[in-house]
Amino acid sequence: MSDGQRVGIVLVSHSAAVADSVAELARGLAGGGAEVPVASAGGTEGGGLGTSAELISAAAAAVDRGAGVAVITDLGSAVLTVKALLAEGDELPDGTRLVDAPFVEGAVAAVVTASAGGDLDAVEAAAAEAYTYRKA
Amino acid sequence: MLDAAFFRRWMAATAASVDREAERLTALDSAIGDADHGANMQRGFTAVTAALEKEAPTTPGAVLTLAGRQLISTVGGASGPLYGTLLRRAGKALGDAAEVGEEQFADALRAGVDGVMALGGAAPGDKTMIDALLPAVDALGDGFAAARAAAEAGAVATVPLLARKGRASYLGERSIGHQDPGATSSALLIAGLAEAGDE
Repeated sequence: MSDGQRVGIVLVSHSAAVADSVAELARGLAGGGAEVPVASAGGTEGGGLGTSAELISAAAAAVDRGAGVAVITDLGSAVLTVKALLAEGDELPDGTRLVDAPFVEGAVAAVVTASAGGDLDAVEAAAAEAYTYRKA
Repeated sequence: MLDAAFFRRWMAATAASVDREAERLTALDSAIGDADHGANMQRGFTAVTAALEKEAPTTPGAVLTLAGRQLISTVGGASGPLYGTLLRRAGKALGDAAEVGEEQFADALRAGVDGVMALGGAAPGDKTMIDALLPAVDALGDGFAAARAAAEAGAVATVPLLARKGRASYLGERSIGHQDPGATSSALLIAGLAEAGDE
């Protein structure tokens, strides 16, 4: 963590409505999470269902405060697009990481942890741990 | 030797065949996917054509890396990062050479296919692009026509397979009996290579 800055969170879904709503949910459940930079990258640029590399790059740039960016995705092309962008090397801010986590629970855990001042490793660990919460 | 003009012809031939076959790709994708493969590939290769015209890259490697970048950013489905990785990896493997030999190109394309397998996690027989691309790369030593035939045979051979990757895998046994859309578009890409070589 640099200069007390918060880790940025990017939420990538095939649907803009899903990405926006999960961002709102995570911010709401984080309470004091208003200071955490969260951006959604949902759907295609044309407003359809799908994944947009441009929206992902823009969202990551928007939330980057120098403390790293955690990217949480839903499935399929969202995962593959982020991986391809990371492999490019220069498409996403330094310190951007694809976090292996369930979309909704992972987003909430990530935003809560980031709002508490956790660094990128802590945010990633909290989001990934959300896989272990059994519901039945 | 293959120069940048050859690689531009390859991309143009692929764009044209994707245009011609878009409805068929979408029809195949509506059977086991989400019915957008034709439109997605069309959008991607239209962007490739426009970018190549605008930036006019002068080396084989630059043609392929630019084309791959366009596919990653414009396709909107999983085929974007997968085809984008295929072309960018191949392009990077070709470096800055003004002309490349066919053997060097075959090695580069194999590096691209390896990149696709690493990204998507697919193995041969999973009913994906790989089932057309890998036989094509293996046959490339015998020329572009042989690669084309191998890719087309590989795409047809996906019909009886059970899908193990992507959305089609949710269908389980219901994916059997349909030709994979990704393998089909991969065969178009390799056919474009043969067309570019004929000119």
